[in-house]
Amino acid sequence: MTVLEARNLTVDIPTEDGTIHAVRDVSFTVDAGELFGIAGESGSGKSVLTQAILGLLPTATIAGEVLLEGRDLLALTQHELQSIRGSRIGMIFQDPMSSLHPYYSIGSQITEMIQVHERAERQAARRRVVDLLARVGIADADQRFDDFPHQFSGGMRQRVMIAMALVLNPPLVIADEPTTALDVTVQAQIIALLDEMRRERGTTVLMITHDLGLLSSIADHLMVMYAGRRMEIGPSGPLFSAPSHPYTAGLLASSPANYEAGAELVPIPGRPPSLLETPQGCAFAPRCLSAMAVCTQQAPPLRVYSDGIETLCWLESAPPDRAATAAEAVVPKVDTSSDIVVKAEGVRLAFGGGGLFNRNYRLEVLKGIDLELRTGETLGLVGESGCGKSTLARVIAGLIPMTGGRITLMGHDLSEVDPRTWQTLRKQVQLVFQNPYGALNPRRRIGAIIGDPYRIHAIASGKARKAEVQRLMELVGLNPEHYNRFPSEFSGGQRQRIGIARALALNPALIIYDEPVSALDVSIQAQILNLMRSLQRELRLTYLFISHDLAVVRHVCNRIAVLQAGQIVEMGEAEAIYSSPQHPYTRALLSASVVSPPRHGVSGRQLLHSIEADAA
Amino acid sequence: MIRHLAGRAAFGGLVLLTLSVFVFVLFFVAPGDPARMIAGDKATEAQLIQIRANLGVDRPITEQYFRFLGKALVGDLGFSYRNQQPVAKLIVGRLPATLSLVIGGVLVWLAVGIPVGIMSARHAGGVRDRVGQGFILVGLSFPTFVLGMTSLYLFYFLPRQAGFTLLPGGGFKPFLPNPLIWAWHMILPWSTVALTNAAVYARLTRGQMLEVMGEDYVRTARAKGLSERTVVWKHAMRAALTPLVSQLGADVAVLLGGAIVIEQVYGLQGVGALAVQAVANLDRPIIIGVVLLGGLFIVVTNIIVDIAYVLLDPRVR
Repeated sequence: MTVLEARNLTVDIPTEDGTIHAVRDVSFTVDAGELFGIAGESGSGKSVLTQAILGLLPTATIAGEVLLEGRDLLALTQHELQSIRGSRIGMIFQDPMSSLHPYYSIGSQITEMIQVHERAERQAARRRVVDLLARVGIADADQRFDDFPHQFSGGMRQRVMIAMALVLNPPLVIADEPTTALDVTVQAQIIALLDEMRRERGTTVLMITHDLGLLSSIADHLMVMYAGRRMEIGPSGPLFSAPSHPYTAGLLASSPANYEAGAELVPIPGRPPSLLETPQGCAFAPRCLSAMAVCTQQAPPLRVYSDGIETLCWLESAPPDRAATAAEAVVPKVDTSSDIVVKAEGVRLAFGGGGLFNRNYRLEVLKGIDLELRTGETLGLVGESGCGKSTLARVIAGLIPMTGGRITLMGHDLSEVDPRTWQTLRKQVQLVFQNPYGALNPRRRIGAIIGDPYRIHAIASGKARKAEVQRLMELVGLNPEHYNRFPSEFSGGQRQRIGIARALALNPALIIYDEPVSALDVSIQAQILNLMRSLQRELRLTYLFISHDLAVVRHVCNRIAVLQAGQIVEMGEAEAIYSSPQHPYTRALLSASVVSPPRHGVSGRQLLHSIEADAA
Repeated sequence: MIRHLAGRAAFGGLVLLTLSVFVFVLFFVAPGDPARMIAGDKATEAQLIQIRANLGVDRPITEQYFRFLGKALVGDLGFSYRNQQPVAKLIVGRLPATLSLVIGGVLVWLAVGIPVGIMSARHAGGVRDRVGQGFILVGLSFPTFVLGMTSLYLFYFLPRQAGFTLLPGGGFKPFLPNPLIWAWHMILPWSTVALTNAAVYARLTRGQMLEVMGEDYVRTARAKGLSERTVVWKHAMRAALTPLVSQLGADVAVLLGGAIVIEQVYGLQGVGALAVQAVANLDRPIIIGVVLLGGLFIVVTNIIVDIAYVLLDPRVR
């Protein structure tokens, strides 16, 4: 039985810059009890699609049909939609921190929903909510009913959101990136809970995510979107083992999880298109590795294959698996006799304080960290949020004074250097930050931003500085002619290149990357990782690489340190950590990270027929 | 919590103490001889010396200050130079007019400003938003005295010329025995004090609302199937108005210290009018008393705002 069916859904959102064609002619059906996944990068239209289904886009023009249990949602009035939201369609949003109202207790936020839709008696409603909270794994649910969202951890809040979505037993639950904001170990728990709840209650789940790998183990059917279009749809098994659309294949090939450690990634080149224009041919053609002449001229036909896969592509069979043919894995061996760049011994950091009338408190963030980095190597620092990894990076960079221990940088003890030496030492450590949107001053030209190190240390000025900056821009793959542009004119990936160029300016001995790719889409992420690796090979750079993503860390690092609650619990060669983790926390982290889907090529797939695109 | 409040109260006391030192020194070094103020131009030097001795202004400043402080702690703020009445009693006598003006004014400006702000925010960019923005612009750009004079002309002077009394031209009537007479006399002062502030609050509310309406939890509220009315008036309002509380506390405190222009325009015998007269007369004890009263109001409202915040926002509990 079909729960949800979309037919030729098209969503246009008017903005000041013009009309954004967010969703183009998308059709799919979701059967009762299944988990239907929608995957795509940012701007693919996946979130807009679900908000359009719920009628949460008041300004948008929506065409087509969306049938929920046979009723066309697009034909309903706002009032009728209100009675459907929550009771027939439950929603789980991405960020449980911001999706719950901070001023109301979690219990009242859930019971409010029962009251609105069912007019239940107060005590009965409370009992129902408490039962469900206990069911989704909230301990002492009865006492915690009156607690506020900020009193729960991220994972617990997402459990509360799940309870909220399920409390009225809706036939359909839409989960929009339900685990993206959570730590890996928590992510796995939440996915398991969602899967368990849907099996127990027979709920149909529509799950939206940018992480294709996440869907491989749980989705029954899958739709891949790009630039508002349905690129590929079909049962999850054949779709993962042999993606028929070059974009799906490219997404899988961009993920380091699908490679041997250290192999060159095959990224999707270029960047996502503007949604303001409608290209004549295939929207993916400019970035497609299998593109043909016809792709840019005519809209692609719909290919229907015998194993249930439907693809919007000119190719008549699956594109080649480029990850499998990728360059040989090369993990550069680090010479253990090379110089030590930085050495930390027993580094401690505690925040303490107290006001005029307040009690003193003390918070230990780093509890005795020992590590060393040699020239040319990459040390990965892995841990969940709050473990102190970013703080450690700032301490090593000298941005936060430590409260105990010793850091030796290029042979100088940081606690003893005089200001003059310190200024020259500063050149040796550079940082690249996580959020490429926040880390660049939006009101300065990028030439000035990249040239800053030269200005601050009075190394080059005028024409010489400009020449240096343009050399750096070329080095990181930016067009040197864009010297005078502002950061807003660049995409996230390009901005991260700007950050890397700035870090490279002074030939530093050590570059600290603090989650450099976690804010980027997977296709862009692969481009940046490749860039970092090639720069390291060419310039013999030393990296300290901080990340929560184990696949990424394994891909770029020689050695890995696992950080938990301010302590290094395990440190060693990257492959050793992966093949035989010693510490239970390392094992927990590893088992929680999503396993890459099996890929064994096409098996007996035949093209059944093709439907040509409308001439219009 | 109690610890925290005790801390705040102690800090408030420190603020008042510092304030009293500043005001005291300021008026001690200011020109003008209080003895001559009291005795008049024809007084002899001997009389002046006598008066100075009686007032205690011939002593060293530290001694004067501690004497003042000792008395002030038990509620004695000294006597007016002008008419020898106790300052505390004079100020207390002026409080009803000021309190009436402030409390009524606050209610009016909140009742106007918040709905206008919400209307503006909910129809951002539309006709209703422009109307709201127009109101904000007018309210913000009208100086209080112009507004006061204009409304007096329109609602008092013109009707009087036409032969009837629409609204009174000023003066304060006590709440009892007849609250209607009281309210009738307060209508113009209330509207005058309210217009500017309503504009400020409309703008604040609009900004807060626009921000909050884009929050994820408002989207969650919609996705739960709540009616638009509940979404706006319960979920969005709660978050949008909490920051307004601190602004309100500061505004009320300042007004309680004396709404000088408005009291002057409408002939309300309030604290502000008292302060104006005292400055004109160089009546130091009254000035010091009024300034300390203003300080006290600011300290107290800040503590009240703190408590209100704790009640409103569970995250700071």
